[in-house]
Amino acid sequence: MNLYIELLASTIRMSVPLILACIAGLWSERAGIVDIGLEGKMLIAAFIAASASAVLGSAWIGLFCAILASLSFALVHGYAAINQRGNQVVSGVAINMLAAGLAVVLGNEWFREGGRTPALPPEGRFLPLHFPALDELPVIGPLVRVFLEHSVLAYAAFALVPLTAWALARTRFGLRLRAVGENPHAVDTAGISVAALRYRAVIIAGVLCGVAGAYISTSLSSSFVRDMTAGGGFMALAALIFANWRAWPALGACLLFGFLQAVGNFAQGASIGGFQIPVQFINMLPYVLTVVLLAGFIGKSAPPKASGIPYVKDR
Amino acid sequence: MTPAIELIRIDKRFGSVHANKDVSLAIAPGSIHGIIGENGAGKSTLMSILFGFYHADSGEIRVKGKPVRIKSPSDAIALGIGMVHQHFMLVEPFTVLENVVIGAEGGTLIGPALSRARAELTRLAKDYELEVDPDAIVGELPVGLQQRVEILKALFKGAETLILDEPTGVLTPDEADHLFRILRTLKDQGKTVILITHKLREIMAITDRVSVMRRGELVATRETKATTVEELAELMVGRHVLLRVEKGPSKPGETVLEVKNLTWKDRKGIPRVDNVSFTLRKGEILGIAGVSGNGQSELLDVIAGIARPASGQVIFEGKDIGILGDPRHVRAEGLAHVPEDRQHRGLIGSFDAAESAILGWHHLDSLGKGYRLDRDKVIARAKVEMEEFDVRPPDPLLKSSKFSGGNQQKLIIAREIKSNPDLLIVGQPTRGVDIGAIEYIHKRIIQLRDEGKAVLLVSVELDEIRSLSDRILVMFAGRVMGERGPGADERELGLLMAGVSKDAA
Repeated sequence: MNLYIELLASTIRMSVPLILACIAGLWSERAGIVDIGLEGKMLIAAFIAASASAVLGSAWIGLFCAILASLSFALVHGYAAINQRGNQVVSGVAINMLAAGLAVVLGNEWFREGGRTPALPPEGRFLPLHFPALDELPVIGPLVRVFLEHSVLAYAAFALVPLTAWALARTRFGLRLRAVGENPHAVDTAGISVAALRYRAVIIAGVLCGVAGAYISTSLSSSFVRDMTAGGGFMALAALIFANWRAWPALGACLLFGFLQAVGNFAQGASIGGFQIPVQFINMLPYVLTVVLLAGFIGKSAPPKASGIPYVKDR
Repeated sequence: MTPAIELIRIDKRFGSVHANKDVSLAIAPGSIHGIIGENGAGKSTLMSILFGFYHADSGEIRVKGKPVRIKSPSDAIALGIGMVHQHFMLVEPFTVLENVVIGAEGGTLIGPALSRARAELTRLAKDYELEVDPDAIVGELPVGLQQRVEILKALFKGAETLILDEPTGVLTPDEADHLFRILRTLKDQGKTVILITHKLREIMAITDRVSVMRRGELVATRETKATTVEELAELMVGRHVLLRVEKGPSKPGETVLEVKNLTWKDRKGIPRVDNVSFTLRKGEILGIAGVSGNGQSELLDVIAGIARPASGQVIFEGKDIGILGDPRHVRAEGLAHVPEDRQHRGLIGSFDAAESAILGWHHLDSLGKGYRLDRDKVIARAKVEMEEFDVRPPDPLLKSSKFSGGNQQKLIIAREIKSNPDLLIVGQPTRGVDIGAIEYIHKRIIQLRDEGKAVLLVSVELDEIRSLSDRILVMFAGRVMGERGPGADERELGLLMAGVSKDAA
């Protein structure tokens, strides 16, 4: 029983950065900007959150700085993709490489701990909320706790899903944003700026990746270590495709992938018939399943039509 | 009366291209004003300037007598100008309502705008014969209805002046008639309509006045009643043009091509060519009419060997070439193919003309032995072809994409005819081609027929089919709806194109 509860709690925790990154990608791609730089933005945000929090002693300042860092990367991507009409995949790859290198180099320079940041004190972290009343409750107390005792960032991530679904479907901004991802020419001839809409989408993606990164280094963990996002950004992209670029299915996909990661963590050291399974195989599990799911289980994926295509005003 | 729209000395350059030269034009309110000209004459550029899509280098625009600055489409929309583009500006996965309200939501939430649009659409449907299901997904609507959505979009945003850019290119004759009825109603209700087209017949049928553009200049404006098709054609081209194709009676010889119960299915298993049979003889032009997308393209592909039939036979000079399923072998048998889409299949834009002129024949020994390609021979061959077929400029080293549509087409037709085929299959020979070049291409096709070759012609231009063909087949939904002679009544052909047949019963 305890194991299941632990697994459930871990699933929720592992899902949070995936949800944030996946929804970030959703906003960007529904506007027609392919974003494979989710990973890089999360990584630099994780590094900056841990660094700023360690130096300035506040998780909230860490979060703020992380968002700024991620946002600046997002704007570089936006400039390349929107103004310069560059290849969005190349720009995204560049961001991932830059983030990976920069985090280590700056980390070494600032803290001289081989790329790690100093361990954060409790006030430097986003700790799970604690509800003392639940301690009194027998039986269901621990279960309710699994769902409620998470950091504010986790609450934000889960609240984001209905908010995104609603904004896309019901607001003027959402309508225009979906339109610009399908046919930017239609938006332009309706007298609306394609570039402004796409920049707003890119900015949303930057902010959300910033929150995701801060969650990883200051809530899930208590310091930054190199490559700590471990492909989460790519898994979020996979979840996005799996969910056909829709918010509610994206939540489902992220919970599934989060579950796989949690299982991976719990199954370490497990053995089958006296043969100890190497840790690497367990860690591989979510990625392998991602590939299998993507290859076999989604029938027709329908990405936004103008996705990845620079807008050139021409007939 | 103050003109609804006045363009004064508009000038626009794109790099070295002078798209609009000092163009002045006044559009009377409550009228239908046609703008006619060949491709590249500057009609669309001029209207895009009026709609704020491009900016004029110099010149002035006045709306209802007042000078205005139109910096973007939103300025134009605010001034009551709406535009229906040649390529529709629709978001396909959206509903009709959603498409209509984009840019005119009037608030942060779209709910109220959607209900407002629903009511407005009902009213517009009544007033202008513009019925469309507001909840239909636009991408699933036929093109005729998509065009209505475009008109509705403009009217919903309060357009007083409506610009339509080549609106009938994708329509059946019936749909075009319906569109014209709508335009007349709009005019009766006091709206102003600007119709851009290269089709002389449409100008004569519907406009009150017409302006002719040639090479960026506005060369004349006439009252439609006071002009003739011949005069307009001459103004467009700058010289006298023959509008009727001159040809003698055909002298059909033996059968060259026999298509038997041919069926081709797409990936979803839907038959796009459905049990088609016909024969074609030497010295004969067989025209296949139909609205674009009714299986003509697929039929051409199968005959040319690009696609393999699901069932049935393509017998060319006694041999079933359908089973070859390989264009190179099919061509080796003596069949030449001028593809419908010259930009994608006819030539390679980044190749020079000489290279494009040997595509598909590059393996011939006359162009070099073995793996070697003799560039001098390739260029020499292209030079001869370009001179013979009047390709301008006759420069074999110029990039293919730098030629005008008409000259690209002449280059392709030269390549295919010079292979001395027994059968030429040709799709949309004059799509996007100027009147002058059309005249020439038609002459060459007739000449080929008179030399005793067979020609299979697919075109969505009914006029072209009627003037060139010795026999006409009409296709609808992959099936042959019927065969008619060259003198067939246009209405009757139109009905067959729409799938209405007296024969089928």
